[in-house]
Order: sequence, then C-alpha cells, then structure tokens
Amino acid sequence: MSTESSAQNQPIASTGPAAVSVTGVGKVFASRKGADVTALEAVDLTIAPGEFVSLIGPSGCGKSTLLRLIADLDTPTSGSIEVFGKTARQARIDQAYGIAFQQAGLLPWRTVRANIELPLELHKVGKAERGARSSELLSLVGLADFADKYPDQLSGGMQQRVAIARSLAESPGLLLMDEPFGALDEMTRERMQTELVRICAETGAAVVFVTHSIPEAVFLSNRVVVMSPRPGRIRDVIAVDLGRAEGRGEGLREADSFFEAVVAVRESLHGEAAGAPAARGVDQR
Amino acid sequence: MTRTGSPLGRRVLLGVLGVVVLAAIWELYKALGPATGVVIGDLTVLPRTSDLAMPHVWDMVARLFRPVRSAGDDEMMWQAVLQASFFSLGVAAVGWFVGVVVGMVLAIFMQRFRTAESALLPWIVLSQTVPLIAIAPLVKRWGSQIEIGSFSWENWMSVALIASYLAFFPVSIGALRGLGSPDVNHVELMRTYSVGWWATLVRLRLPASVPYLLPALRLAAANAVIGTVVAEVSIGLRGGIGRMIVEYAAAAGGDPAKPWAPIFGAVLVGLLAAGVVALIGLALARYRRGETPA
Amino acid sequence: MKQSASLPRTILAPILLGVLAVALWQLAVVALEIKPFVLPSPVSIATEFSGSVSSVWAASLVTGANALIGLLIGAVVGIIAAIIATVLPITDELSAPLVAAASVIPIVALAPVFYTMFGADKETARQLVAALAVFIPVYLNTLRGLRQARPVHRDLMRAYGASAWQATRAVTLPGAVPFLFIGLRIASSLAVISALIGEYFGGPIGGLGKSITSAAASSNYSLAYAYVLGAIILGLVFYIVTLGLEKLVSPHRASASAP
Repeated sequence: MSTESSAQNQPIASTGPAAVSVTGVGKVFASRKGADVTALEAVDLTIAPGEFVSLIGPSGCGKSTLLRLIADLDTPTSGSIEVFGKTARQARIDQAYGIAFQQAGLLPWRTVRANIELPLELHKVGKAERGARSSELLSLVGLADFADKYPDQLSGGMQQRVAIARSLAESPGLLLMDEPFGALDEMTRERMQTELVRICAETGAAVVFVTHSIPEAVFLSNRVVVMSPRPGRIRDVIAVDLGRAEGRGEGLREADSFFEAVVAVRESLHGEAAGAPAARGVDQR
Repeated sequence: MTRTGSPLGRRVLLGVLGVVVLAAIWELYKALGPATGVVIGDLTVLPRTSDLAMPHVWDMVARLFRPVRSAGDDEMMWQAVLQASFFSLGVAAVGWFVGVVVGMVLAIFMQRFRTAESALLPWIVLSQTVPLIAIAPLVKRWGSQIEIGSFSWENWMSVALIASYLAFFPVSIGALRGLGSPDVNHVELMRTYSVGWWATLVRLRLPASVPYLLPALRLAAANAVIGTVVAEVSIGLRGGIGRMIVEYAAAAGGDPAKPWAPIFGAVLVGLLAAGVVALIGLALARYRRGETPA
Repeated sequence: MKQSASLPRTILAPILLGVLAVALWQLAVVALEIKPFVLPSPVSIATEFSGSVSSVWAASLVTGANALIGLLIGAVVGIIAAIIATVLPITDELSAPLVAAASVIPIVALAPVFYTMFGADKETARQLVAALAVFIPVYLNTLRGLRQARPVHRDLMRAYGASAWQATRAVTLPGAVPFLFIGLRIASSLAVISALIGEYFGGPIGGLGKSITSAAASSNYSLAYAYVLGAIILGLVFYIVTLGLEKLVSPHRASASAP
C-alpha cells in the first residue's frame, strides 16, 4: 500500500489523463427469473481533472450504477472505465478517489475525528500525520469544535459534512458523491452546496455528483449529464457556465444565468417525462 | 424499554418489594394450604405445606447463620455456601471464556465462508439437543486418558468443558448475526478503501457486532453456570455448589432448611456472572451507540 | 447482503458434513481400536438402538411427557403473565428483577427441593422445573413482542376510530406472535433438557435421564448411547414441531430476529 500511495499526493496535472474516462459502458443485471435488466447502455463520458459533473435523471436511469462502476463497486458488462489513466480497479486500490453516500455512513462507535482518520488509519498513515490532516479537514468543513463528539450527537447535515471530510482525507483527485444531500432539509442542503463548491475549489478535486435535484446540479456543476431510463443512457450533456467557483455565492441562486441553466436541464429531462412512448422518436440526440 | 425511564432507586425498591411479595405468597400458602398438598388423581398440583416440604422463609435465612452440621462446631453455613459459590463461579468463568472463544471463532468462520455457514449452522443448533448428562461421564473418561508431561486432566476441567459446550451456542449465533449486521454502506466503504477481509473484520464487523454480542454473552454466562452446576453433579466434582445441592438435599429429612442454602448460593453465582457481563457491557458502551439517520 | 443460499448448499452441505463426521468417527474407532467405554462406534450405537427401540421409546415417552407438560404450562403461564404485565405495568416492575434473576440462575438447582415439596415418587417436580425453564423465554419474548406495536400502526388505529380491543386484536397481538415463537423455539429445547436433567437430581426411574445413567453405571455403554440418541431425537422432535407450528401460523412473515 505504501508504494502506491505516492500517486495520490501529486498535484493534479492539467494536461494529464482525464479524471474519469467512460467508454462504451453497459451494465446488465442478471435477474433470477431470466429477464435481465439493462441498467446502462453505451455510455461515453469524459471528465477532466478538477471538473464538477452532475449526473441527473429519473430513478432507474442508472446514474447511481454509473457512479458505482467508476468506484469499482460493480463491474461493467461491456466497455471500459479509466480513472486517471488507470483501470477502475487499480484506481480503487491506489485510492485515487474519495466517496460519499446518501447516508453519512459514519461508524457510530468512533468520534468525529476518528471517523475522518479511518481511511488514513487503514492505510497505515502515522499518528501525528493523521492528527494534522484530520484537524485540517475539520476546519475545512467547519467542525473543529466537534472533533470529539460521536455521530449520534450531530445533526444530519453535520454528519454529512464529516462524511465529506472523510472522503477528502487522502487528498483524492476525484470525489464520487451519491446523493450526499438527498436526506437533508432544503435549508441545510443549500448551505451544504455552497460549502461543497468552496471545498472543491480549495482542493481542486474533480467531482462526479449524483442527484435528482435540478437546482442542485446546476448550482454545483460545470456540466450536467442528463440521463434517461430503460435502458440507462446519456440523453444530454449541458454545460453550465456560472463562473469560477469562488464567485458562486448565494446571490447566484437568483441570477438569470442560473435560471436559464435550470430551464435547460428541466427541458431536457421533460423531453423524457412528457412523451413516454410517442416522444421516443424525437429524441434530442 | 419503558423500564429504562424509571430511576434506578425506584427499580431497586420495586425489586426488593418483588422478593418480599414472593416470600409473602410462600408463607401465605404455607399457612392456608393443606398439609398434604393438593392432589388431583395421581398428580400433585400444589405442594405439601409441612415444615419439612416448605420451611419458613425466615428458617431458610436463619439456617445460613448456623454451623453446617447443626451439632458440630463447623464453619458457618453462609461461609461454606460462599466458598462453594466462588469455586463454581471460577469453573463457570473458565467454561464461559472457552465457550466465548470457540463461539466467536465459529461465527467468524461462518461469516467468512458461506458454505461453512450452511454446513455448520444446523449442527450447531442440533448440538444443543444433546443432553448434558450424556456427555458428562464421557468427557470425564476422555480426560482421564490425557496426561502430557506434568499436565494431567483434572475433573474440574471436564466440568468447565461441559460449561463451555453450553456457553458457545448463544455466542456463535449472536456473533454470526452481529458480524453480518453492518450496513451495505459501511461494507462498500471498506471496499472503496480497498482493505481486505481482516481489516474489515477488525474495524467494522467486530465493533458492529457488540450490540448483538452482549446479550449473547449474558446468555452464555447463564448457560455456563447451569452447565457447571449440573456437570458437578454428574461428574461428581466436590467443592462446588452443584455437589452441595445434592448432598444437602439428602439431609432435608432432619434439617429441611438446609437444602435451601446452596440454592441461594446458586442464585448468587448466577447473579454474579450476569453482573460481570454487565460490567463488560459498560466497558464496551462506546460500541453500543446507534447512528441516528442523517 | 447475502442472497438466499441455493438449495443444494443449504440442504446438501450440512448432510454431507454430518455423513463425513459419522464416517470419520466410525473409521477412528475401528482404526485406532478405541474401547467402547471411551467411545463406541456409530455402528454399534445404531445396532444397539435398533435392538432396544422399545425401551428407548418407553423412556422417551416418560421424559417427553414431562417436557410437554412443562412446555405447555410454562408457555401458557408465560403468555398470560406477559399480557398482564403489558396491561398492568406495575406487575412488570415488581417482577422484572425476579425474572432477570431467574433467567441467569440454574433452575435445575431447584429440582431437589421440588422433589421434597411435591413428592419424590411423582413426576411433578420435573414438570415444574421444565415449566419454569420454559416460562422465562416465553414471558420475556412475548412481552417484547407486545410492546413492539409500531407507533404508526397505533396512530392508524386511532385514525380509524378503532376501540382498544380492536386495536389490540388487529395490531398488538399479531405483532407479538413472531416474538412468542422465538421464545417457544428456545423453550422447546429447554423443556426437554430440563426434564432430562431433573431426573438426575432424584425422582422415579423410567425416563431417558435415569436410563442413560443406569446403563452407563452397568458398563453397557452402547445402550447408554442408544438412550442418548433417543434424547437427541426427542429434542429434535420438539424443536421441529415448534418450528413447523411457527411456519403454519405465520406463513407470510419472515420470522423475526431473536435478541
């Protein structure tokens, strides 16, 4: 493990390989009754280092499946996935990415600090270094005062912030997030989004963000990938140009450019929702 | 659940009151019930109420503070009972420990290999239908064959072994369930850290199994005590509470309160064993925190 | 997380392991020339068992009857006590420490004094020991089940304007049934073992426990093990019947998990 960990500490090179490169990926889940379910079909997607990409679509469109394939939690039936030029499996072994799920997934018997240090501990990082890194992350997510609390003493939003800090522990060049704010109330959710934008700017990590909230996807992303179900495909990729991350404050949520992007994403999504069988022919692609 | 709401003092008070009520029922029946008991057909439905069959509660207690043999100048009954209780508790503790280790190893093995779970689990359940007394003489005879260098198998080890046979069962079942209890979420997180089975076991599965393990440990302690008491009788090990129960029962004719003394001892051993497990639970309190849903 | 195991694995694996173990046992006894007083071979036990089926059967009836009576009494009293404890919480608070204590003490230790109380020539003492052993898991699990009624279900009943008894019948009692059966499953094995061990502390002869010890005392080890086999089968029958009853009563429900 120690020989492999050097790669993740290198700064992200702007001209290096893509953060994520998905080529012709399909995923078929074998069902016991023999009726196989095609979760993904012919998906191509390239994500540049430092880029924030959201995957959005109705349930069953395979957005979470795609994320799980990138994380090497499942293997694609066809096609290939590369993360920083390595296979997904190698990327996982090299800890090239950090991950956060809808549930914070904190270990209830560990303090906030110990939870953040968990991946470092598992990869044999020294105690002093661990402490320094977790302190750094705690202040990054604004929980410095809660280091010695246990997860059950924290609110849902705080737990999710701990989970994000944990996913950043090993300074990964890629963050995979599966509806991390899905269980939070709207107020907390918006605050967390603002913080995530700031954190990503500070760490320079590329992000793949699964969500079913249009404003969330628009607010956070450089590009929004709209997916359609049965079988899961990429319907549309919408570039959102809302300026540099540093400039994205609360005011942005009321800006015209924000609304325009929201409308664009919504129309792309609705193309699917409005016309079930009939509209299939007039697919936008 | 609702009980945790009431303060400790109230619970202790009500517990004492419960014991008093039980003693009162005993005395009430003894005073009012027929001397020959209630017999329907050939079946004794309610016990005889003679002093021989049902000594007064205060006689049982007073008996503890008289010498073991009424006539002699032996040690006090309570001293003898206490001594035997601690002897049995020690043997039970060894049996409990061995049982816990075996149960844990089995559970980890079954968690690791699903085929092992399918193959072993029915037999583990079945093992508990094998009557204890049946194995007791067998274990003793096996033990007598063992003599390696200066080590020779002693009878108390046979008793502890039988205790462990009863103790391992709840541990293996509880631990198996506990090891399988972590969320998919947590297991996948470990996978994204690309750590192996062992690290997942130590960092995730074992800590997560604690809430399941503690009741199992308490059951194992109760089973170890039962196993010890019964095995002492059937192997014929002297010094413990089990042997004392049988010996003093024989003296019931002339000294009806005497058989009750070792029974109090058995109750004490059971409570002490449960108390020790409760202490373990306190030490592991950190692992009993539930995660509130985010 | 685990998918339900395939049929061959769940059925075949344990049978294979069992056959293998018995074969190894037979082989070890023959190859190592182990004396029957240490360990008789499975074949000799089986031979003895088939030779003395009638006496094993008779002994099983005696012990089985004691276990069954104990199981029925203990279960009925346990269920009634649990219902009373739910309706009148004070009885629960009074008895909680006693029940907690009873669950960790060796009930069989009471057998000798029961023989004095009910008569050493009667089976009552054994049935009572079995009943006491059964009472505790049945009472504790039923109580847990009765308290399990989910708030959402209770609110639903209120919203329907159901009476207390209707709510009890529609929600509380069905909810408690799986828990009752967890208790019964534990209790079924306990009943047999307690009835058997009770024999060891005195009382009339004829049961499996006494038969095992008397056969062992007269150095008839194969016969002793034939009785042991009888005891195992008796325990199994109790367990399987309880399990079958559970499946019969709640076929659509995944059995609730034990503590």
